[in-house]
Amino acid sequence: MTLKVGIPRALLYYYYLPLWRTFFEALGLEVVISRPTTKTILEAGLQNSGDDVCLPVRLAFGHVLDLKDRVDVLFLPRLVSIARREYICPKFLGFPDMVRHGISGLPPLIDPNLNLYHRDSPYPFFFALGRNFTSNRLAIYLAYRRAVHTQARYVQLLEKGLFPEQALAVLYQGVAEGREPGGGGPAVAVIGHPYNIYDPYISMNLLSRLARNGVRVCSADNLPETLVREQAARLPKHLFWSLGQRMIGAAWHYLQSPDVDGIIHVASFACGPDSLTGELISREVRRRGKPFLNLTLDEHSAEAGVVTRLEAFLDMMERRQFLPAGESVQ
Amino acid sequence: MKVTFPHMGHMWICLAAMLEYLGVEVVVPPPTSKRTLTLGARHAPEFACLPLKLNLGNFIEAAERGADTILMAGGCGPCRFGYYAQVEHAILEDLGYNYRLVVMEPPQRHVGELLSKIKYITGHSSWWEVIRGIRFGYQKARMVDELERQAHYLRPRESHRGSTDKAFQRALQEIIPVKHPRDLPKAAERARKIMAQVAIKPRPVLRVGIVGEIFTLLEPFANHDLERKLGYLGVQADRSIYLSEWINDHLFLGLVRGLRSRREACRAAPPYLNHFVGGHGQETVGSTVIYARQGYDGVIQLLPFTCMPEIVAHSVLPGLSNELDIPTLTITVDEQSGEAGLVTRLEAFVDLLARKRGVVV
Ligand code: SF4
Repeated sequence: MTLKVGIPRALLYYYYLPLWRTFFEALGLEVVISRPTTKTILEAGLQNSGDDVCLPVRLAFGHVLDLKDRVDVLFLPRLVSIARREYICPKFLGFPDMVRHGISGLPPLIDPNLNLYHRDSPYPFFFALGRNFTSNRLAIYLAYRRAVHTQARYVQLLEKGLFPEQALAVLYQGVAEGREPGGGGPAVAVIGHPYNIYDPYISMNLLSRLARNGVRVCSADNLPETLVREQAARLPKHLFWSLGQRMIGAAWHYLQSPDVDGIIHVASFACGPDSLTGELISREVRRRGKPFLNLTLDEHSAEAGVVTRLEAFLDMMERRQFLPAGESVQ
Repeated sequence: MKVTFPHMGHMWICLAAMLEYLGVEVVVPPPTSKRTLTLGARHAPEFACLPLKLNLGNFIEAAERGADTILMAGGCGPCRFGYYAQVEHAILEDLGYNYRLVVMEPPQRHVGELLSKIKYITGHSSWWEVIRGIRFGYQKARMVDELERQAHYLRPRESHRGSTDKAFQRALQEIIPVKHPRDLPKAAERARKIMAQVAIKPRPVLRVGIVGEIFTLLEPFANHDLERKLGYLGVQADRSIYLSEWINDHLFLGLVRGLRSRREACRAAPPYLNHFVGGHGQETVGSTVIYARQGYDGVIQLLPFTCMPEIVAHSVLPGLSNELDIPTLTITVDEQSGEAGLVTRLEAFVDLLARKRGVVV
């Protein structure tokens, strides 16, 4: 029987799934991914995590519960740092401990530290990970190589303009690469954490809703890493959050880009890093006067409210096309 | 150049001592008040944590008194504190305040980086003077901590309600005006004497450790004067981090020997929290374990709303509290948190501890 390893469809799933999945499969394991977010999954998460924990982490609890009885081991890497001198958010550093103390009856957790704060190569992480399943060093190395290769293809697809689900479908379901060209409508950059904007349930179908309205949508993940970093480097001090880097860098880029007509910033209610990066972004946008919408998600956000605000924002962008250039509409 | 800095409990005493000793003109912001909070909260991002809002209020009020340079600490994440200065500066700029910003980042390599920042502010002082200035400020911090510890001991035992606080304020007044290190020992003697005169009655007291986010721990305005309230409820409080310990850990890289340090606290945190999580999250968990081992009656965790490291710590505390049989109470503060609710919760907690111990307080 092949060992089943569970990966929650939460947190950095949208960044790293190909890397992780390919690695496990190359080692002969079966990968089980939690089901797409539903009300049930979210509610289970809310019940099993503390009140003051943010929505994305509570949702991740829900995905862990969804996997709990269906897998032999759970993969919950401790993501300390994914880039030099950077972190994600303190909760990612504590996540395995929070789960361990918050949910009983779990299968064994595999939680090696991914810490690239002082180094560049993630190989030690994969080596430690692989050692849980095999003592064959060569097999681990080859699995790692293959994983890195698949991840690179994934990133290529994103930079061509695909969104994670589309790119994953290309990689794993043999769907053709083409992306439906958006309508002739305005272009909007959606800036937010991957677990917020790409989870259709949590974002209340934000991306497809925009697409249905003829809007061409882009996100930080459609931009090459180097470009995002160059832009973020204009901050007065190196920003030590990797996700914040991506959001600020992308916002700065799209702000200057004449092809992008408006910006939507998506934040989690009470998210620490978002509270500061969002502030920097909205101050900069106000100075430049591009249409801007700030959406804050929490477990109580009502779909109707979001839809109304979105419509108002799209209307405003349309009206703005008739305004003299440079006039600011908020 | 007129230098100001954010308030954090009694930190201003040691900072002002150091800077004035080095000939720098200092503008101490007015004590943090409701007005400070209102000003800060009006201009800060909604979900910024309380310390940022209060800092911002301090800076606006200090500008009204003529300050033009901000001196504050920085950090390299993952908690928000490391980016406070930059965001606060951007907000102040948009509000039309032209502050110069000097951020003391935690020394990555050696204490020299810290010295050179201070030297920048003082301009002409020699290295030797700068070191003496830092030492002077640090000695004052040690003295203030000593007095606070005594106050913690005396408050639940005092014969006349309020006499400890009066003595403490008078004792501080001996320390604050001292301008030169050579005058400090005498002032310290006078301060100790004042504290020694507080009359006490022998009575059973409970011991409670206070853990959590450093600013909330040190700033009485932010924690609604928690230590005094506990004292009046018959509790001898111990704070898991005192100012001088924080300075030693974060600015001197633990160079001063013989002080309680974060390292022990972090070592005690596993298996509950196996990794640092920024801020003082791991210390919070570890200190709770240590208090349990030392037979404390309970632990109170303090955190500002949305504080990430403390939220992680909070989520493992219930399990720890069960296993080690030490009651814990978590208090979250933000600009809305009211005094009345807090008092009720404290009373209930202290009642529970008293019943558990079988004492009447
Ligand atoms: S970055 Fe914010 S939303 Fe994401 S996990 Fe951390 S606190 Fe929560």
